[in-house]
Amino acid sequence: MSLTEHLTAAFLAFENKFSAEHNEKVNEIRSNAFTHFEKMGFPSKKDEEWKYTSLKSLLKHDFKVFPKVQNTTEFKEVKKYFLHEIDTYKIVFIDGVYSSFLSETTHDGFDICLLSAALAKPKYKMVIDHYFNKIAKKEDSITSLNTAFSKEGAYINIPKNTVVPKPVQILHFTTGTVSEVLTQPRNLIVVGENAHVQIVERHQSLTDNVVLTNSVTEIFANKRSIIDYYKIQNDLKSASIIDNTYIKQAQQSVASVNTFSFGGNLTRNNLEFYHEGEYITSNLNGITIIKDKQLVDNHTLVNHKFPNCESHELYKGIYFDASTGVFNGKVIVEKEAQKTNAFQQNDSILIDDKASVNSKPQLEIFADDVKCSHGCTIGQLDEDALFYMRSRGIPKKEAKALLLYAFANDALEKIKIPELKTRITKIISNKLDVNLGFDI
Amino acid sequence: MLKIKNLHANINDKEILKGIDLDIKAGEVHAIMGPNGSGKSTLASVIAGKEEYEVTKGNVILNGEDLDDMAPDERAHKGIFLSFQYPVEIPGVSVTNFIKTAINETRKANKQEEISAKDLLKKIREKAELLEIDRKFLSRSLNEGFSGGEKKRNEIFQMAMLEPKLAILDETDSGLDIDALKIVANGVNKLKNKDNAIIVITHYQRLLDYIIPDYVHVLHQGKIVKSGGKELALELEEKGYDWLK
Repeated sequence: MSLTEHLTAAFLAFENKFSAEHNEKVNEIRSNAFTHFEKMGFPSKKDEEWKYTSLKSLLKHDFKVFPKVQNTTEFKEVKKYFLHEIDTYKIVFIDGVYSSFLSETTHDGFDICLLSAALAKPKYKMVIDHYFNKIAKKEDSITSLNTAFSKEGAYINIPKNTVVPKPVQILHFTTGTVSEVLTQPRNLIVVGENAHVQIVERHQSLTDNVVLTNSVTEIFANKRSIIDYYKIQNDLKSASIIDNTYIKQAQQSVASVNTFSFGGNLTRNNLEFYHEGEYITSNLNGITIIKDKQLVDNHTLVNHKFPNCESHELYKGIYFDASTGVFNGKVIVEKEAQKTNAFQQNDSILIDDKASVNSKPQLEIFADDVKCSHGCTIGQLDEDALFYMRSRGIPKKEAKALLLYAFANDALEKIKIPELKTRITKIISNKLDVNLGFDI
Repeated sequence: MLKIKNLHANINDKEILKGIDLDIKAGEVHAIMGPNGSGKSTLASVIAGKEEYEVTKGNVILNGEDLDDMAPDERAHKGIFLSFQYPVEIPGVSVTNFIKTAINETRKANKQEEISAKDLLKKIREKAELLEIDRKFLSRSLNEGFSGGEKKRNEIFQMAMLEPKLAILDETDSGLDIDALKIVANGVNKLKNKDNAIIVITHYQRLLDYIIPDYVHVLHQGKIVKSGGKELALELEEKGYDWLK
């Protein structure tokens, strides 16, 4: 059986199990989504949006969609993947199944819990009907595939005027109990008026079985709300991810997404911001450090539709060995979106001869009174800077690491959780294979 | 301390240094002057071991040891320090952390223990005072957003912290106003002792009013065309370089 046939069979079985208490609308959404996926199939390199990233070899695997899991993972085995230095809410999944043992959810003042619960219980019906699958791109086949199988993930609903006092961690672990797993988490995040929440998301494979994650996250940032979202992608070489994140922002909201891509086999991020009001700020930051034959592809979109909004985009990449980077940054400024400030910068350093980067800024500006800029640099390490440090007694390896660290620094400065910043810095010094003897 | 014998060096197959001889003893200050493009900065870079330059003939010997095959960091560990004309900005790494790394890497190479936090702080306080550096300055990112004068002062501060045997000051006076120049020169003079040596590379005589050289050498087209005492600098100031060509 081909993967598509396999998925069809799995979907039919899943569809049969839609129970009576499930929301009929959601079932319809799933069925429509699967029909769309069947029609479109997986994207190939012929699609403009997938020109530089091929899923071909990945799709040869016979992925299990809903693996039977023995959930025996203990906290001490996975502790290091948690931001355990500080108190947080935690929503943890193992092979796509919720682990109550590792989680810490709440309904006290706000909901930080499971999508499966929100889909099943009548009291969430209004929110689900209002938000579920409202911003996820229906014409996208990969997103449709996720929608068809959407069943589990994080459900976060923060009512208005609420500041969530501690960060929320969303962790997805995959174990070795079943080989070749396809997990499709679905997150729904609603941030009410004047509310504020910080979220850290991580996908982590615990063995070297082949894993493909196709994740969809919908975020609704209501008036004057603030959301800070951090994605840690530092997975094993057997793990690949397609991360689709869609954000809809209402007036005066500030949404920031920081993507740290340090590992995995293939990492594709589709990150899209849609504006529905004035005086909105969207921040997109990314640091990529990869080696061997790893690939990280950041596809972003900021759709400026209303006047007086701003977007700030900064992606930095360091590529070792024969690794590949893709950056496709689309900024649309519609006719009505006067006084838009849109800035985009993508800087890459290629360390080795076989590393490559495809960087494509795409600005479509239909308004005439706007400030938009984009910049793109691809270079190598600055030899003069290296010599400077070496002349002070710092050996080549350490000097290189310091320079690379300095290069990534402005994107690192955007992290607002100090413990997370320390953690990311440590991951970076591990990636650069140095111990600098101080917390940079 | 430093012996340079018939040194020839190329960059991209173009010969820049065409036979330089220099003998510098401990406790001495040598000034190297010359017009733009005469090879002054190249000489500094070659002594410090910049890899883009190829030494085609001759040698550089520090305390009896040929530096030929040594990397820049190894030369630094042996006690060579180059103060840059254009110091590099390193965002995200504070002055203190950079110096700490430099000191400890040098100590490690010389099989010494790492400097203790207490000793490091004490030394920083002492040397910062010497160069009239505000303590706040030390927690800023290295050279990032520093004025020209601050960068140069920071170079001499690093020199003070690293205590090199041979310090080469490449155009340290450029970008300094007269007050900053006095502070920097005063710092250098206090760091000078009978066991170390200093090479001052400068285009103008101005700096040499404050750092008095024992010898002055004039470099022209990759060769030392004249050497003399400190009065040679004054003569150059008066007559320019043309009379030497």
